[in-house]
Formats: sequence, C-alpha cells, structure tokens
Amino acid sequence: MADMSFPLLTATAVLPALGAVATAAVPAARRTVAKWLAFAVSLGTLALALVVAMRFDPGGDRYQLTESRSWIADFGVRYELGVDGIGVAMIALTAVLIPFVIAAGWNDADPVEGEKTGRSWRPTQGFFALILMVEAMVIISFAATDVFLFYVFFEAMLIPMYFLIGGFGDRAHSRGEEEGAKQRSYAAVKFLLYNLAGGLVMLAAVVGLYVVTADQLGEGTFSLQQIAEARASGELTMGTNAERMLFLGFFIAFAIKAPLWPLHTWLPNAMGESTSPVAVLITAVVDKVGTFAMLRFCLGLFPEASAWATPAVIALALISIIYGALLAIGQRDIKRLVAYASISHFGFIVLGIFAMTSQGQGGATLYMVFHGISTAALMLVAGFLISRRGSRLIADYGGVQKTAPVLAGTFLVGGLATLSLPGLAPFISEFLVLVGTFSRYPVAGIVATAGIVLAAVYVLLLYQRTMTGPVEKPEIAKMPDLRPREIAVVAPLIAMLIFFGLFPKPLTEIVNPAVEHTMSDVRKTDPETAQSDAEAAK
Amino acid sequence: MESLIGLLVAAPLLGAAVLLCGGQRLNRTGHLLGTALAAVSFVVAAVLFFDMVGRDTDDRALHQHLWSWVPVNEFQADIAFQLDQLSMTFVLLITGVGTLIHLYSIGYMEHDERRRRFFGYLNLFLASMLVLVLADNFLLLYVGWEGVGLASYLLIGFWQHKKSAATAAKKAFVVNRVGDAGLAIAIFLMFTTFGTFAFGPVLDDVEASGASQATLTGIGLMLLLAACGKSAQVPLQSWLGDAMEGPTPVSALIHAATMVTAGVYLITRSGAIFNAAPDAQTVVVVVGAVTLLFGAIVGCAKDDIKKALAGSTMSQIGYMILAAGLGPIGYAFAIMHLVTHGFFKAGLFLGAGSVMHGMNEEVDMRKYGGLRKYMPVTFITFGLGYLAIIGFPGLSGFFSKDAIIEAAFAKGGTQGWILGVVTLLGAAITAYYMTRVMLLTFFGEKRWQPDAEGNMPHPHESPKTMVIPMVVLAFGSVFAGGLFKWGDAFVNWLEPVTQFEHGHPPLSVPVITGLTVVVLLIGVGAAWFQYGRAAIPVVAPRGSLLTRAARRDLLQDDFNHVVLVRGGEHLTRSLVYVDNKIVDGAVNGTAAFYGGLSGRLRRAQNGFARSYAVSMFGGAALLVAATLLMRAV
Repeated sequence: MADMSFPLLTATAVLPALGAVATAAVPAARRTVAKWLAFAVSLGTLALALVVAMRFDPGGDRYQLTESRSWIADFGVRYELGVDGIGVAMIALTAVLIPFVIAAGWNDADPVEGEKTGRSWRPTQGFFALILMVEAMVIISFAATDVFLFYVFFEAMLIPMYFLIGGFGDRAHSRGEEEGAKQRSYAAVKFLLYNLAGGLVMLAAVVGLYVVTADQLGEGTFSLQQIAEARASGELTMGTNAERMLFLGFFIAFAIKAPLWPLHTWLPNAMGESTSPVAVLITAVVDKVGTFAMLRFCLGLFPEASAWATPAVIALALISIIYGALLAIGQRDIKRLVAYASISHFGFIVLGIFAMTSQGQGGATLYMVFHGISTAALMLVAGFLISRRGSRLIADYGGVQKTAPVLAGTFLVGGLATLSLPGLAPFISEFLVLVGTFSRYPVAGIVATAGIVLAAVYVLLLYQRTMTGPVEKPEIAKMPDLRPREIAVVAPLIAMLIFFGLFPKPLTEIVNPAVEHTMSDVRKTDPETAQSDAEAAK
Repeated sequence: MESLIGLLVAAPLLGAAVLLCGGQRLNRTGHLLGTALAAVSFVVAAVLFFDMVGRDTDDRALHQHLWSWVPVNEFQADIAFQLDQLSMTFVLLITGVGTLIHLYSIGYMEHDERRRRFFGYLNLFLASMLVLVLADNFLLLYVGWEGVGLASYLLIGFWQHKKSAATAAKKAFVVNRVGDAGLAIAIFLMFTTFGTFAFGPVLDDVEASGASQATLTGIGLMLLLAACGKSAQVPLQSWLGDAMEGPTPVSALIHAATMVTAGVYLITRSGAIFNAAPDAQTVVVVVGAVTLLFGAIVGCAKDDIKKALAGSTMSQIGYMILAAGLGPIGYAFAIMHLVTHGFFKAGLFLGAGSVMHGMNEEVDMRKYGGLRKYMPVTFITFGLGYLAIIGFPGLSGFFSKDAIIEAAFAKGGTQGWILGVVTLLGAAITAYYMTRVMLLTFFGEKRWQPDAEGNMPHPHESPKTMVIPMVVLAFGSVFAGGLFKWGDAFVNWLEPVTQFEHGHPPLSVPVITGLTVVVLLIGVGAAWFQYGRAAIPVVAPRGSLLTRAARRDLLQDDFNHVVLVRGGEHLTRSLVYVDNKIVDGAVNGTAAFYGGLSGRLRRAQNGFARSYAVSMFGGAALLVAATLLMRAV
C-alpha cells in the first residue's frame, strides 16, 4: 500500500493543471516567461510520467498506483485512478509529446506584427495554458478506472480543445485572413458538436450502466473493477439487448473521437485549420483517448456485446483504412492529407483491438504510441514547412530538397515512419496488428495489407510534389533550412522512431500483460496454428 | 567467428549514419570513408569465408543472436543472423562488387556536389542488403527487403531535381510495395501455419508440419509475388527500366548485380516450401520463362544503352527465377548464374557509365559509334562482359546459362521441352540484342552529336578509379564460370543448403551445348546482318509493330497508366467528392435539419452551436432526472 502514500497519478495530472493556471496568470508583456514556464511544467510532467512507468511492475497487479476516494457518494461515483500497462504507455506518450508540441508551437501564438494590440486577453499565455490543460485532462482520462470520472474528463477536454482550434488557427490560409477565420470557426464548432453528440450518447449509456448496476447489486457503481468482478462472479448479469445498447452508447462516442469511418469528417477540418502543434495534439494525443477507451471500457465492460459487434466494427475499420488512404492520395492540402492518413491509421488501431488476439491488441497499443510519435514528426515538420511559405497547398511547393535539405530529410523520415518502413517503430505495431488480424480473420488481414501499398502512394506523392523537382518558385529558392530550435524538436522524435523500431521491448514488456488481461475480459485466446493442431492430434 | 557477422552489417551502417548526419564538413572525405567501410565489410567477409571453408561441410553454418526484437506471446522475432553457404555466397558478391562500385563512384561522382550523400546511400544499401541475406527469420529479412527498397528509392531519385528521376523513384518504391505486401502475407501465413517464421523451424521439416498443400501453395505464391516486385519479373517488372534514371554505378550495383536478384535468393532460401508445393513451382517457372522473353524482346528495341541493359537484366533474372522454380535440380544453377551475372552485368553497366562519362552523358546508342579506338580499356572489358553474357564457350555465362538450359530440359515431359526451347530462344535473342549494343556503341561510324549546350563529345578513357573496377569485373566475367564448374565446386558448396539432384534432360548434354552454340551464332549473325553491315540512322526508323511495342516496354506501362494511374486518379477524386458532399454533407444536413426544426438557425454557425449544445445538455439533464426518479420509485 506504499502507493497510497503519495498519489502519483493525481500529481501527474495536477502538475500540468496548476501549470496551466500559472501560465495563464503571467502578465501580458512577459510572453517568453510564459513559454518557458509551460515548457518547464511539461518537462516536470514528463519526469512524473517516467516515475509512473518505473514504479509500474509489469508482473504485478492489473491496476497499479491505484487511488480511491469517495466523490459523489449518492451516485456511487468515486475518484478512482489506476493504470495497467496500456495506461502507462498512453500516459507516457502524452507526457513525451507535450514538450514537443510546446517547443514546436513556440512562436505560433505570438501577436502578428501590425495586428491591433491592446486586447484584454493574452493569446500567447492562453495558448500554452490550454495545451497544459488538455494534457492534464487526457492524463486523468487514461488513469480513470471509474466510468463517470472518465466521462467527465472525456467531455471536459473538448472545451480547451475548442478554443485551441478556434482561437489559434493556422495563419497560412489560401483565401485570406477573413475566410481563414470563418473556416477556423466552422472547424472548431464542428469538432465541438460532433464530439458533444458522441458524448451525449455516451452519457445515456453511462446512466444506463448505473441503472443496471443499481438494479442488480443493490447499490449503483461506476467502478470498472467492481463491475468486472461482479460480472466474473455472476453477481451482475446484463440482458443481451441491454448490454448491446450500452456497448453502442460507449462505442459511438469513442468511434467519433478515434475517429472511425463514417464519423471522421470533423478531423480533416480540425487538423487543417488548427496550427500544426494543435493538430498533433488532436491526432496524436486526444484521439487516442477514443481508441484507448475502446480497449478499456467497451471490451472490459461489455465483452459479449463486443464480440457481437466485432464483424461490423472490423468492416468499418477496414473501410477506414482503405478509404482514409485513398482520400489522402486525393488531397491538395498537406495537413488534410496527414489527417486522412491518420484516419487510415486509426482504422488499423481499431482493427487490431477487435481482432481479439494478443498480437492484434498488443499491436494496437503500440500503434497508438508509435503513431503519436510518427505523426508528430511528420506534422511538425510540415508545420515548419508551411510557416516558411505561408501556404498549405501541395502545389505551392516543389524542389524544397534543393534549398532546405535537412527539412526535406526529416520530412522524409517522418513520411517513411508513416508508411511503416521496417526499422522504424510504426512498422512493428502495424505488422503486429496485421498478423494478429490475419490469424483470426485472414480476409480482413489481406484487405488491410492493401493499406500499406496505398500508404506508400500518399506519402511518396506528397514528398515528390513538395520536395523534389526543379526549384521554380522564388519563395522556395530563398527558403531557409531548419533552425536549431526546429532541429531540437525533430531530432529526438526521429531518434525515438529508430530506437523503438529496433528495440520495442521496454514497451512490449509492460503492454503484454495488460493485453492478456483484456483478452481474458473478452474470454478469448489466440487461434491455434496448424502446427499445434498437428501436435495435438499426435 | 560468429561475432564477426554483425560487423559485416555494422560497418556500412555506421558509414551511412556518419555520412548522412555528418553534414558539410565531411564533404571532402566522405567518399573515402564510405569506400573504406565497404572494404572493411569485404575483408570481414573474406575472413569468414576462409574460416567457413576450413570447417566440415555439415558444420559450416554460423549463428549470431543479437537481441530479442518483437516478443508478443507466440509471436517471437529476433534480431539474429545466420551465415551459411548460401548467405556467404551473397555476402561475398555484395561486399565484393559493392566495394568495387564504391571505388568506381569516387571517379564517376567526382563533380557532383552531393557526393557525400551518394556514398551515404550506397552504404545504407550495403547494410540493408546484408541484413536481407543474413537474417535468420523472415521478419528480419523483411527489414532488409524494404531497406534495400528504400536505398533504391533514394538512389534512383538521387538527381531528384529532375522530375523524371523523382517519378521513377516513387514508381519503383510503390511497385515494390505491392511485392512487399506479398511477403508480409507470406509471413502471416507462416505464422498461422507454423507458429513461427524463423528459417530453421519453418524450413527444416515442412512435410511434418501438418501444413496443407493449399497453404503451402499460398505461401509459395505470396513469396513469388514478393520476388516479382524486387526482381522486376512480370507482372511487376515495369519499374526497372525507369530505375535507370539513377546514376550508373547504382544501376550496376543495385539494379543489376545485387538487389534485383533478391527474389532469386528468397525463392532459393524458401526452397523447402516450394519443393512441397509443386503448383507454386509451376507458376514460378512460368513467370521466369515469360520474363526471360519479355526482357529480351524489350532489350532488342531500346536505343538507350542503360535501358537495353535493363531489359537484359530482367531477362537474365528470368533465367534464374526459372531455374529456381525447377527445384533441387535448379537452385544451385540459379545462384551460380546469379553470381556470374553479377560480374558481367555490373561490368557492362560500369562500361556503359564509362562510355556515357566520355560522351557528355549521352545514353542514345544511335549517337555513339566507333568508340573502340577512343576507349580501348572500356572496349575490352565491355567486350569480355559481352562475350560472357551471350554465353561464348569458355566464359562465365556459358557455364551458368548452359546449366540452366539443361536443367530446363530436365524438368521432363512437355513442360521440359517448352522450357528448354524458351531458354534456347532466350539465348538467341540475348546474343542478338547484346551484339546490337556492341556494334552500335563500339563499331561502325562515329555518329556523335553535340549535346544540349552545343558541345561535341570528346570521348576519352576514364580515370583509374573507374577503370580498375571494370578490369576486375572483366576477370570475373571470364573466369568465374569455369572456376565454379571445375569439379562441380559451386554445386557441392551449396548442396548442403539448397540440396541438389542431377537432372536428366531428354537430349544428351553435348547436344544441348551444341544447340546453345548454334542459337548463339544465329543471334550474333542476325544482329550483324542488321547493324554491322550498313550505316545506322541517328534517328530510329519507325519499325514494325512489335518493335514499337517493345520500345514502349510491350505496352505494359501504357496499361498501368490508363488503368492504375488514371483509374486511381478518378477514384480518389470521386471519393474526395463523396466525402465532402455525401458523408460530410449528411452530417451538415442533419445539423441543419435539427437547427431548422428548432427554428433558431440564424445565419452564423456560432449561434446554432450554442443552441444545439444547450438542447443537448438539456436532454442530458432530463435523462439524469428520469434516472433519479426511477431510483426514488
């Protein structure tokens, strides 16, 4: 019970929350102080997250570093935190990426020269405070083992995200500042409504879950562990239809967040209109809460309904993979291309989760982490590129390799990670998802494999059109290469992609046991091989 | 000794890292460092080779386990190497030819401002290719497999300010990815069938595994798909001709001697699976036979010297694939031809590069002519390579190709006759197109033209760093075949890995050899008849329908363009429309509909958002209230 002595998980979430408040409070004239403060807080959070990872014992209990306090006693709502290996990986991913988001967005919220000053609010301070606020809420979501607690933060993080998207748009807009502001506002509202709608459906299901538990256990509860234990012991049984309805309530909310086809259309708008660091925040961090929650809540609370829905979910995942990749090929806007590529990648993650094999789910978990890193690398370099030329349109580039070789080289590495080149981390997760899917659903595995060919097309087309060819535009001819701050952002990301590509063991070690627990939640074991069949026959 | 295996890979990998991250300050020494590290790898290979020869036949394989790579339950992949006779053969070829081509590139790329980067990419290629042939499991092989694909992409597109080079590079990678997907599926199948994809457990006892015939055929066909991509076999051959956009040393090393032969390695390495899946083997020989003719016909029609040689490469690899598809009667010969081809084709490409170097980078053979007097060493080394590839008796190609033709006949039955005739026909065409290249380039009148800037070429012999590799490779082209054949040394060397059975062709061996020589003379004669006697027009004549089709790679590119590129563009464009108007339209439509219902939709989206949010929270509050009520009741 040493864990009880210091609430480590709470501290990991509270630190960025306090940091957000402090950053927002920095006087308007001291922008630089606010930036460094936010950066320092994000590093502190990273340090705490690493302590979490080190204190976590892969061979120990399923949920560790647990905290439990009464919160709304009347409704059985508790403040319950705890992490399994999957949660540790996701918290680590979040804490690792935020410093990069802050460093990459260093100048994104500075007032533009000539902009009318004298505003009462402080945009720079606000920008970094909001990022830290999102971090705090995401960390709580990954650590919450109480369904209601999770729901509250799952919804609450929409608020800072709404302001980040709507308030700090990408200044590179082809049709002028005013049109840009309009598009931005549309994107932010669409993001908010879409996710609120999902949240509403989920709320109904959360309430429904409470009713079911209250009905059968005498006292309603939202505690994941309590419900799981009650289900295992037979104390709590759900009617088939009730379970399915509840499952759908949760799943739709997560599928919007993830996002899964056909609920994906908010993502290209949101990622296209926001600044690159915020786009990274959306796709690499916030969206992962959706896929993470599928693993933890959909499979953990509703195993039978999950099995029932599997064929449909796999079909949607496959559509996402192929459709997202084809749409990415057809994009003219760099950031929207990356957004559609992410939709394809989320398809892989969902596919891996619902393949219900240890390779599929382990792969999906690694996929969440590695996709976060690779998209950050690609998107942040894309942001550096866009900030130089002031345009998001692919056609406005060409020949950058000649004038900015380091920028082009890092962009290529980010792209190669996105197409899952072996040797880089995303290859491992993608291959595991595919092999895990194939071993249970061979046809689905083969269809998904077509996605790797399409990924090569959209990545290399993007690279070809922006980086190669003759330098024909004067803006390209005088384009500066990456600056030291920018290299400092990209280099560690690339180093991580290579390191985990060759040595993913630190992650697989903590993820594997968690996946085994999830597999036993849904009462599944890996399919037997023909070889073991033959041995059994002997 | 085992610990040296990792060094083979580590040396060029280090070179790649240093050269690519080192920055401008290495510009003046980078090429030397790259070449030195390639040479280190070759020396280590030689040490390992002599050590291997010194041990018993059954005790030659070495293993080095580095670390556990991806452990997820049953799925266990390791970073581990295996060096047996088959790998050793490739390691020597890759590091040997690789070092020579590094040396050659010092001169060839002398005036290129990005030479350091070029050597970085070459080192990266060496490291990846070595991983490919040293891996002890299929997943690690896959890393090398795509690694060489990446190096190939980077090097084809090395002069990426040229649009054609950038396009060719992308095409090569994408077409190869189709093949790679095949390799991935083969690995999935192995995992679900055998529970592993390590060479030993999969290949040692395929029969006893309980795998069904259908599964094994499936694995075989997927491996073949992979081989087709990497080795430019029909139907995935279209990228190789375009790949000639890369600098010529790259064409010699990657697109002639080593990388493109990886498909042959894959099939030979997986021989145990193919032996147990005769249907898959049949498809392999068909692919080999078709490509053998396809490449040869294309090679006859090209006026670009590198593209003519590229057609030839496809065709020669067709021979190897065909031989590998014959099973234990062919594996050893496939590899033997692969090695001799590595010598003479690399030599031919380096010769072509030397010619281009002297001719202001002109590639059109119709604008060459009479060069033998101006570039004597290039002429002699190229000429020896020429004699080797057409199978002139006594030279390397003669021994290795003849063995394949015999094995093809020995396949037996009608199939054997068909394959035998196809390989003979291929030999005739080879003699024809190579004689054409020889005559157009080195003989006849000077047909030199001024280049784009109006400078007439002044052909001259190339610098020493370029000439030495050509001479060394010419030695290999002349003597390697005889050496391998002597006492069946090569077959005996590989036998423990690939197995070997003597084929029994329906015709006696001297008859087949005699036929080979006859078709060779017919091919040479036909070419001389057409290109040796009369003056050659600088502008190509219109030509027959077949000639025109062959110039366009037998219309395969046109097919790809219309069906895949155009079709793909239409598909993605219409999907973009669907996504914007229908999928997203439905969302916006729903929102507008409810907004309209509530009667509060104002012009601005913002007002609408607030009202929508309010109504949703209102609904939620209602739900909670209802629940409370239910509890109270």
